[in-house]
Amino acid sequence: MPHDHDNELDPMEARLRALETVLTRKGLIDPAAIDAIIDTYEHRVGPRNGARVVARAWADPDFADRLRRDATAAIAAMGFSGRQGEHMRAVFNTPQTHNLVVCTLCSCYPWPVLGLPPGWYKAPAYRSRAVMAPREVLAEFGLTLPDSMTIRVWDSTAELRYLVVPMRPAGTEGWDEAALTDLVTRDAMIGTARALEPA
Amino acid sequence: MNGPQDLGGQMGFGPVDPRANDAALHEDWERRVLGLVLCAGAMGLWSIDASRHARESLHPAIYYNASYFEIWLRGLEALLLHHGVVTRAELEAGTAVRGDAAPALHAADVPAALARGGPCDRPVAPAARFAPGDRVRARIMHPRGHTRLPRYVRGHVGTVEAAHGGFVLPDSHAHGQGEAPEHLYTVVFDGAALWGPDAEPGLQICVDAWESYLEPA
Repeated sequence: MPHDHDNELDPMEARLRALETVLTRKGLIDPAAIDAIIDTYEHRVGPRNGARVVARAWADPDFADRLRRDATAAIAAMGFSGRQGEHMRAVFNTPQTHNLVVCTLCSCYPWPVLGLPPGWYKAPAYRSRAVMAPREVLAEFGLTLPDSMTIRVWDSTAELRYLVVPMRPAGTEGWDEAALTDLVTRDAMIGTARALEPA
Repeated sequence: MNGPQDLGGQMGFGPVDPRANDAALHEDWERRVLGLVLCAGAMGLWSIDASRHARESLHPAIYYNASYFEIWLRGLEALLLHHGVVTRAELEAGTAVRGDAAPALHAADVPAALARGGPCDRPVAPAARFAPGDRVRARIMHPRGHTRLPRYVRGHVGTVEAAHGGFVLPDSHAHGQGEAPEHLYTVVFDGAALWGPDAEPGLQICVDAWESYLEPA
C-alpha cells in the first residue's frame, strides 16, 4: 500500500508502520492478507447482511421462529457466519420491550451481520452509560421511549453476539424482503434506533 | 482485573455523539491495525482472551487517552514482546533482520479463516448447576487476572434466563492455563438491584456469566 506522507506521520501511524515492517521482514506477516481483511470489512461484510436477516424475519414467520430458537443456524443458512458471529442470539423488540446491545468490557459486536462497530460503540461514553442510563443514551440518538416500556440491555460479556430485531414499521404490509431490507439500519439492529418508516 | 476496560456505570465521559464518531475505521493506519491484529493472531501464540487481557492491562491513563485501534496496537505490541516474537529494539528501529518464517495467514486464505472464526462452545462434563428461573448472586470477586464478570454486577442478585452449555473460560484461557470450559448462563438483573432507587424505570440488564461467577441466592 503506498504511503505519501512520510514526513508528517502521526505517531501511531509511525508505530503501526514500524510493527508491520518488523513482522513482514521476519516473514511472519503477509501484507496482502492485511489488505484482504480490510477489503472484507470495508466492502463485503456490513449491516446490509443483518438487514436481510431482519427483513426475512419480518416477512417469514417460520424463519423468525428459527431465528428465535437458533440464531446461529438461521443466520448461517443465509450465508452469514464466521469471526465474531460464531454464537448468535437474536432479540426481538415488541410493543412492550426495547432491546439495546453494548459491550462494557471491550467492543464485542456481531461482525458477520453488522460489519465492524462504529466509533461511538467502542467509546467510553457509550460503554459506561448504556447499562446505567440507557434512556438518556437513547435520547442522545433521538429515540425517546415511554417509561412504561421495558428496556433490556444486553452486555456482551461472553462470546454470544446479539442482533436486535426491530419492530416492523406500520404501513409495510405486503412489502417484499428487498423493500423491507432498506428500512433496517445498523443502529436499529444495535437498538439505538427504530427501523425507518416507509417514505 | 479491575482495569480501565470495565466501564459499566462509570461516569464523566460525557454524552454519546452518534454523528461525530460514526465510522468503523477512520484512518488508514487504523485499518491496518485491524488487519495486523488478525494476521498476528493467526500465528496461534495467544487466544482472543489473552488479546483482551493485553489491552485491559494497559495503564488506565494510556487506555483512556487512546483511540480504540491505538489500544489494539499497544496490546498487540505487548503480546509480541511477551512471546519473544519481536524485541523492543526492533520496534524502536522499525525494522528487523530478514527472516524466512512463513506467514500463518496468506491473503488467499483470509476468506476461509474469517468464515471459520473461532467457536468457543465446548463439551462440559458436569451437569449444569443452575437452570432458567433460578435466582443467583454474582460473586464478589476481584481477580488480578482476566475475568469477564463486570464489577457493576458483583454481589448482586439476578435471575437465570438461559443456559447455553459449555464455553471456554476466559479467566483461565487468557493466561494460557487451558480452556477449562464451564456452563454459561444469561443472567438478568433489575435496574434497581444494580443502581438503586435512582435507576431508570423499567430497566433490565442481561449479562452472560460463567458458572464459577455465580452462586445460589
